Amino acid sequence: MSSNVTIKGIKEGLLVTMGEGNWNDLKEALFRQIEDKAAFFQGARMALDVGPHVIHAAEMGVLRDRLAEKNITLWAVLSTSQVTEHTAQNLGLVIRLVSARPETEAQAEALSRMADTTISSSEERALFVQRTLRSGYKIEFPGHVTVVGDVNAGAEVIAGGSVLIWGKLRGVVHAGAGGDEKAVVCAMELTPTQLRIASKVAIPPKRKGKLLPEMAFIQDGQVVAEEWTAKGK
Amino acid sequence: MTAKVVTISSGKGGVGKTTTTANLAVALASQGQKVTCIDADIGLRNLDVVMGLENRIVYDLVEVVEGRCRVRQAMIRDKRLPELYLIPSAQTRDKNSVSPSDMIALCDELRPEMDWILIDCPAGIERGFRNAIAPADLVLVVTNPEVSSVRDADRIIGLVEAEEKGPAQLIINRLNPALVKRGDMLTAEDVLELLAIELIGVIPEDENVVISTNRGQPVTLDGKNRAAVAFHNIARRLRGEKVPFMNLEEKDGFFDRFARLFRTGGSNA
Ligand SMILES: Nc1ncnc2c1ncn2[C@@H]1O[C@H](COP(=O)(O)OP(=O)(O)OP(=O)(O)O)[C@@H](O)[C@H]1O
Ligand SMILES: [Mg+2]
Repeated sequence: MSSNVTIKGIKEGLLVTMGEGNWNDLKEALFRQIEDKAAFFQGARMALDVGPHVIHAAEMGVLRDRLAEKNITLWAVLSTSQVTEHTAQNLGLVIRLVSARPETEAQAEALSRMADTTISSSEERALFVQRTLRSGYKIEFPGHVTVVGDVNAGAEVIAGGSVLIWGKLRGVVHAGAGGDEKAVVCAMELTPTQLRIASKVAIPPKRKGKLLPEMAFIQDGQVVAEEWTAKGK
Repeated sequence: MTAKVVTISSGKGGVGKTTTTANLAVALASQGQKVTCIDADIGLRNLDVVMGLENRIVYDLVEVVEGRCRVRQAMIRDKRLPELYLIPSAQTRDKNSVSPSDMIALCDELRPEMDWILIDCPAGIERGFRNAIAPADLVLVVTNPEVSSVRDADRIIGLVEAEEKGPAQLIINRLNPALVKRGDMLTAEDVLELLAIELIGVIPEDENVVISTNRGQPVTLDGKNRAAVAFHNIARRLRGEKVPFMNLEEKDGFFDRFARLFRTGGSNA
């Protein structure tokens, strides 16, 4: 059965791909391999591609703990299941390997399925996140990101494109992370810990009281913010 | 009888988890409930000290989990109240000697005999935290009205949601009305606005808490001071009663006097 679990080295550590079959069998096969090649796995950082398997929080937490007992850090879970992807994201795991550019149509397709909802045209892709991002959460996405909820202090959103927050922004946002200086950041209350657009970094002054929705963008090489009137700029 | 398992967590250390666990246990027990507290802070045992039961420890949590003794043998009965027990933590072991499933099994064994099982969670978000929340029906998050503590509470709330144990409820501990009035401390509203979860209680900063802790006599045993009332109110809310929140800004109410004492007394820096 262990042929259904494949392991390969990637830049970030190990990528373990779970093939078809019963989830519990696959899991046991994985742990058998870990037993067999203890030295190889010792101290490894593991990304786990579970394909379409649906894994809930308790199960994933137990798996992470079992791996931790073997001194293996589970840092990423890749899946084509939205439920699994959600669980992973909620547990603070990475759900996408940044270095792995989608090379084929199939990969691009898989990537787009990972978002809550993705709108994809040939160039633009957007991630729609409908919850408050609490401290410790990190979202990284190559396209635009929309959050319906707050981005609390200690949370981070890193986007290749623009970031639109239908809520309060108190954490860190990096828009245009790949260097796109036209990227913008909009929020109902724009009070980030730090804001980055492309390579520009801004630390906004502390403000109090009721704030209007604002949009930040780069103007003359500087990050500026102005009232967000939904007209765009 | 099926006990409800309540885990008292915080993220940041030293914000009052152990104090809260001990006092809620005393409050619930003095309201006639059967209560067992479990100290899940393995390696840093101190709920027993706060409850004044240190000298009666024979067996601990790890020994129960490892099957070296029966659960009953590790339960220290607090003689000051009819049905209050403590399962102490182990001082000399590390947190990996207990697993989340051990905690679930232990609580399942205790549930039929108790009304409440309170678990004192260690600081942090590591294994000890996961052990403590695994059996929880409800997670209480303790925070101080102070930015770094609120930040860690936010992280814990997110993790509790992620483990599908949510929604957590909030306890704001060590609120100092004098500082709030001067604008030098976050208000309860500020904290709630940031964390956006249900508030189950606010406990004032009270030197009686420190004094009683050192004596191993949880402040709630004596029932008269404000902190004790606050803990009793939380216990009643846990039991489903609607108890109005104490008004901290009440004119010439206790808190005004309280605040004045603070300003003149100067015993608390
Ligand atoms: N409401 C209060 N007023 C005054 N002092 C308090 C109050 N609550 C807690 N303290 C004091 O704060 C200190 C820390 O409390 P406690 O040990 O309960 O925190 P903890 O969260 O359990 O810490 P740890 O993370 O180390 O387990 C103690 O000395 C305690 O007496
Ligand atoms: Mg403690």
